[in-house]
Amino acid sequence: MNKSMEWETVIGLEIHAQLATKSKIFSGASTIYGAKPNTQACAVDLGLPGVLPVINEQAILMAIKFGLAIGAEIPERSVFARKNYFYPDLPKGYQISQFELPIVSNGFIEIVTENKKKKLIKITRAHLEEDAGKSNHDQFNGCTGIDLNRAGNPLLEIVSEPDMNDAKEAISYLKKIHSLVRYLEICDGNMQEGSFRCDANVSVKPTQQKELGTRAEIKNLNSFKFIEAAINHEVERQINLITSGKIVIQETRLYDANKNETRSMRSKEEANDYRYFPDPDLLPVLITEKTKKIVRELIPELPDAKRMRYQNELGLSEYDSDNLTANPDIANYFETTIKVTNGNAKMCANWIMGDLSASLNKENMNIKNSSVTAKMLGDMINLIKDKTISGKIAKIVFEAMWNKEGEAISIIESKDLKQVTDLNEIGNLIDGVIAENTLQVKQYKNCPADKKQKFISFFIGQIMKVSKGKANPIQVSELLKERLNS
Amino acid sequence: MYKSTLAQLSIALESKKISSEELTRLYIERCNKHNNSLNCFITITEEEALKKARQADKKRASGDYNLLTGIPIAQKDIFCTNGTKTTCGSKMLDNFVAPYDATLIKKMNDAGLIMLGKTNMDEFAMGSSNETSFYGPVKNPWDGCRVPGGSSGGSASAVAARLTPAATGTDTGGSIRQPSSFCGITGLKPTYGRVSRYGMVAFASSLDQGGPMTQTAEDAALIMNIIAGFDEHDSTSTEKPTDNYTEKLNNSIKGLKIGLPKQYFDENLDNNVADVIENGLKELEKLGAKCVDVELPHTELSIPAYYVIAPAECSSNLSRYDGVRFGHRCKEPKNLSDLYCRSRQEGFGKEVKRRIMIGTYVLSAGYYDAYYIKAQKIRQIISNDFQNVFKNVDIIAGPTTTGVAFKLNEKLNDPISMYLSDLYTVSVNLAGLPAISVPSGFINKLPVGMQLIGNYFQESLLMNVAHQYQKVTDWHQKIPQAYE
Repeated sequence: MNKSMEWETVIGLEIHAQLATKSKIFSGASTIYGAKPNTQACAVDLGLPGVLPVINEQAILMAIKFGLAIGAEIPERSVFARKNYFYPDLPKGYQISQFELPIVSNGFIEIVTENKKKKLIKITRAHLEEDAGKSNHDQFNGCTGIDLNRAGNPLLEIVSEPDMNDAKEAISYLKKIHSLVRYLEICDGNMQEGSFRCDANVSVKPTQQKELGTRAEIKNLNSFKFIEAAINHEVERQINLITSGKIVIQETRLYDANKNETRSMRSKEEANDYRYFPDPDLLPVLITEKTKKIVRELIPELPDAKRMRYQNELGLSEYDSDNLTANPDIANYFETTIKVTNGNAKMCANWIMGDLSASLNKENMNIKNSSVTAKMLGDMINLIKDKTISGKIAKIVFEAMWNKEGEAISIIESKDLKQVTDLNEIGNLIDGVIAENTLQVKQYKNCPADKKQKFISFFIGQIMKVSKGKANPIQVSELLKERLNS
Repeated sequence: MYKSTLAQLSIALESKKISSEELTRLYIERCNKHNNSLNCFITITEEEALKKARQADKKRASGDYNLLTGIPIAQKDIFCTNGTKTTCGSKMLDNFVAPYDATLIKKMNDAGLIMLGKTNMDEFAMGSSNETSFYGPVKNPWDGCRVPGGSSGGSASAVAARLTPAATGTDTGGSIRQPSSFCGITGLKPTYGRVSRYGMVAFASSLDQGGPMTQTAEDAALIMNIIAGFDEHDSTSTEKPTDNYTEKLNNSIKGLKIGLPKQYFDENLDNNVADVIENGLKELEKLGAKCVDVELPHTELSIPAYYVIAPAECSSNLSRYDGVRFGHRCKEPKNLSDLYCRSRQEGFGKEVKRRIMIGTYVLSAGYYDAYYIKAQKIRQIISNDFQNVFKNVDIIAGPTTTGVAFKLNEKLNDPISMYLSDLYTVSVNLAGLPAISVPSGFINKLPVGMQLIGNYFQESLLMNVAHQYQKVTDWHQKIPQAYE
């Protein structure tokens, strides 16, 4: 076998989405990120003798919401199981998870591949489980520090079929799920804080070969960029192995973002026998049709439907719709500005994807925290529409709003940015410019018709300059032509 | 006074014949005097008890009190007690002080009961003789060469010797009923889910159930009125409302239909025990009950099923004792694996290790279906057997144990024979039913208990029958001579 032959990559993903509950999945401790180590771990999270888990119903409802949104089955009965293994950041010596009867099974999601083709990715299952704590091997001089704040955080593990065939498809699937869980308001999607993490199962095979190759599981992937890089690296590693006559072994590999490589963590032989069995401390979860109905009603308009609506009803381009719906916060912002401006979709879209998003990116800020709120932006757009300010002046107003100088109307007043629309006033401005540029006026009058526009632009520029940009450019242009030609 | 039941002590306190402080001091003195020979307490909380007793006296004086305010009680050392160490009979937890009270403890504290101390037990409740305790074996007050039974042997011995008027126990395969039978006291294992397991150190979660160990059925009812009920911290506790357990004690049992399982009276049963039980049944018949023969055909399968399920659960429940956060930690661990291995090697005793090994094995890939799944199926069959019988009878009666208390060391090195001594008790746990052991006679000065088994949530009926029986018999009033 050689490198130049046709290879097929097969990828399946396991996503861990931390559910956005206030308290942990089996205890009342808080789930807020970033507290001092071990200040958010109660007796239950510490696994003290005698404590018992009690399921957080919010976590159940969120899992159901996800299941319904991906067209999955939500069985009447699902069961929590214990996954047994020893590790210092796993206080009980077992993780409460689900094994044989998960809460969600057989769903699917549609992605668009690089060549714009639609592709269904099947989701085998999604199950509830508790997170483990964190081990800190670096800061304690040869010792390991354990922080159990994260222990017991609710996770939804979303397991796909091996339906993806390259890193781009994997990323497109991930982004789709990432967007979905945020729309459903069941996960904040924060990858830096680990609220949305992913393990990738990757294998390669010659295209004509039917059976799948041996897979490696890559762990520790916490950004879209790293995931793509890790998959690509792993594919290359496996092809290199096979073409040099070696074999891929089934193992868990860790991605090192600094070196952009994966390295072996443990092989299949070293893998734990987790000795799953139903957790006797928890009753089976029973879900009625009624519950499903209630949850279904809580599902908001999802990104795919929104995207279509933006195109069909608001007349936005595919590009604009994709951008505005990728993240529910942006979509919400957009929809508020539309409401404020009474439906000026294109203009709202341009401002959001233009000046606003540039400002946000510059300061690495979330649109939710924008100092220019959707209402403020909408009000400003209204002022452009009613000709109080020009589009150009609006950029000044926007920047002032961004710098927290106030709302559009007060900025316009205090900075005296109101557009000049009084014809007499504009006429005076024009007369002044004509008077000061007699040479150019002469040249204008004597030049051939196809050269005249150059002079018009010059005069308009001069007039706008004296008006400090405030003169209504259309009125200026009309009146100027009148004067010059008279 | 030390011979009094809870009911009698309640009246004595009410009529101011004695103060709680005097009463508590009396029992503390008895504990201090006899604990050396019986070894039934791991911890005696003398100061705390006397302090609480003085508070109780104040409460009684102020009129703000309950029926049992100021009465001492002993707690099995499996229940977490805030500030007092909870060892579970293990070296592993020799240094463990829980930062919280078990729900059962909290309810008893709230009711004004005064904890005298924490009673000895088989390590992590694994044993039928109290010989697996890190703190040494407990002696049977009826014969110091014999075991008190287990795992709640300390509680049984302490009540039998009247070092405490009552105690608590836990029952996973007979751990309340068997020692009650061996020591001549009354012990109730409630329906699974009736008493909260929160704060009770877990052995086998689907089988464990706490309950009272008392002199009389009436006392058991008084305690059930305090400890029974739903607990939001225990998902397996039931929301079904509790009974008033003392209300029906005096109901007539005329017409009561008692089922006698053929399998409880077969060749496994000691002939003398059979005679004692038959006499007991005759008393019940005199009170108007009718006995009929019934079948529990899969009784013999209960031991193998139990010894798959209980170890499987315990192997997982005991994983948390890893030397990392609490409990025993080996000295100078070389690495993580060494920390785990030596901490557990040193912290756990032989029987606990045996069960962890069995449990780990039966849950392993490739063996799970053959052992764990099969055992669960048998468990279901055993439950069904009971339900079939309860279609036709009100309660089931038989012996609690196959024989009387055996000698120390007699079965210690023969675990199979030790396990078989639970033959009549474990199936009740597998089915989750309530059952009570009631003193019913003696063989060579050793007590014998009769077991009454009820359908789910029939604790009231069981205590009613036991109470009626105790009104016409005096086996429950016998006290070993050395402790008179």
